[in-house]
Amino acid sequence: MSEAITNPVPAAARTEVIDRADRLRPSPRRGLGLAAATVAALLVAALLAVVIGSVAIPPGAVLALVLERLTGLRSAVAYPPAYATILFDIRLPRVTLMALTGAALAAAGASYQGLFRNPLADPYLVGVAAGAGLGATLALVFNLPSTFVGLSAVPISAFVGALLTVGLVVLSARVGGSMPISTTLLAGVAIGSFASAFTTFIMLRSPDGLRRSFNWMLGGYAGGGWDPVLIILPYLVVGMAAVQLNARALNVLQLDEEQARQLGINVDRVKLVLVVAATLMTAAVVAFGGLIGFVGLIVPHSLRLLGGPDYRRLIPLSAIGGAAFLILADLVARTVVAPQELPVGVVTAIAGAPFFVFLLRRLKRSVF
Amino acid sequence: MSSLELISLAAGYGPRPILRDVSLSVAGGEVLALAGPNGAGKSTLIRVISGVLPATAGQARLDGADLLRLPAGQRARRVAVVPQMIHLPDAYTVGEIVLMGRSPHLGLWSGESRHDCEVAWGAMRATHVEELSERRVGELSGGEQQRVVLARALAQEPQVLLLDEPTAHLDLKHQVGVLELVRGLAQERNLIVLMTLHDLNQAALYADRVALLQQGQIVAQGSANDVFRSELLSRVYGVPVTVSRHPLRDVPVVLPDGK
Repeated sequence: MSEAITNPVPAAARTEVIDRADRLRPSPRRGLGLAAATVAALLVAALLAVVIGSVAIPPGAVLALVLERLTGLRSAVAYPPAYATILFDIRLPRVTLMALTGAALAAAGASYQGLFRNPLADPYLVGVAAGAGLGATLALVFNLPSTFVGLSAVPISAFVGALLTVGLVVLSARVGGSMPISTTLLAGVAIGSFASAFTTFIMLRSPDGLRRSFNWMLGGYAGGGWDPVLIILPYLVVGMAAVQLNARALNVLQLDEEQARQLGINVDRVKLVLVVAATLMTAAVVAFGGLIGFVGLIVPHSLRLLGGPDYRRLIPLSAIGGAAFLILADLVARTVVAPQELPVGVVTAIAGAPFFVFLLRRLKRSVF
Repeated sequence: MSSLELISLAAGYGPRPILRDVSLSVAGGEVLALAGPNGAGKSTLIRVISGVLPATAGQARLDGADLLRLPAGQRARRVAVVPQMIHLPDAYTVGEIVLMGRSPHLGLWSGESRHDCEVAWGAMRATHVEELSERRVGELSGGEQQRVVLARALAQEPQVLLLDEPTAHLDLKHQVGVLELVRGLAQERNLIVLMTLHDLNQAALYADRVALLQQGQIVAQGSANDVFRSELLSRVYGVPVTVSRHPLRDVPVVLPDGK
């Protein structure tokens, strides 16, 4: 057995050895096809979503108007003035909000799955969604003043609810100086159930608020122009950066905590940073978009199936894929029964679940 | 010549002491086997040296530094562990798992360099898993996974290699294979090797020295010829044994007396 170790490498084979060693490195080229495909999907989805609607705006007009807005030049063709209003005040903000929401939910889902080493983990499992739901329902049912420092009360209240819930989960899950996975999950489920039950109780006591809070919970778009986008963006930028910086540690954490420690990972710090970052992102988007299920589950898993488990690639891919997926889901939600709108959460589940089952059947191997 | 010095090490879970006053020294290139009955504290000693269980007293000195007081990242550049129960996430490839061994050498912002890949590749060649580099670890046998984890440990470029029951769950051929591999690596790379072993005959054959633990204390240490005495082993294990000679090698063989 020791022969092969002491065998000197022939000079001719030396370069080959180095080439093969270099292949170990996660090269930027590996997975480039998948990255290009997700980006293309995002662009196509965004274009479709601004073109299609009760007033169809031709793709040429969209491009011309956007260029006009960006460069200040006048386009040669005079488009109806309504086009610009619909495009910049209604469709683009909505598409952008959906993109950010999908990106945050999918990236947070991938992080939670890695963090808890549990393929079922998603923003719902740690109680974020339930807390946000309780906050939003309280605001809707008790008719809190509709604006508070210029913001509507529902998202603010949902955001506070989400943060409080997760704070409570983290506090209850702490054992000594660390935060074991099992107690975190159990605390999340328990506190989440409590918040959900309380939400249901309040809703049933107030038939008036029932419909509205139910609609919010399934992810009904509430409007609001560019404001929600601007509020969400900082949380998303900071959260994504924090998650991405810890992506390599997240790979090592997939071994188990003891091995990760023995490989020099500061496990408690990584877990805390990831929980806080993923939760902030989720809370921010859930506050405005409602409880949109399934995005955090199917997008990361689909991309895992296609592109492997390395979180350094998986997290950005999930963000782009989540954005594309939610833009499309929202497009369907507002066109399929037009002039009425479906809550987008209904579409994500109806469209997402069969697709996901198809993927699972197609690639019969363990994803995780 | 670097060596690992354990000085009056003590540790325990809660108030219950598991290790008491453990002192020993292992030199570079030397293989020390930790033997003793279940619950004697062998695995606990591995966990203390690797920093996952805090010591309640004592030091583990390597080149003048106390390993127990180093930050995790710095310790992981000096000490690598092959755990007993190997949990590998199925979906990762062998190459990805071995590259994780470079983790303690990488900063927050950096990815693996060409040098890191060469070190990892060298480690994979040393444990004969380079042909498996693109395979997913979930498809590998127990023996192959063991060698992948050993390669990951070597990729850390440690001075100290700790192995917890490296032969558990392996058939005889693979047991011998991994022990010979470890022995060869210790000499080639001048590694300080500590491994727990249940099988005393393997310890006699493949370790330079043996430390015998009982109830958290070292009751004897030295060459297998010195330590493996039938009355001592019978007392420590609580079962009558006979120590004989290996027919081919100059080492003792331990046999239960039976009935």
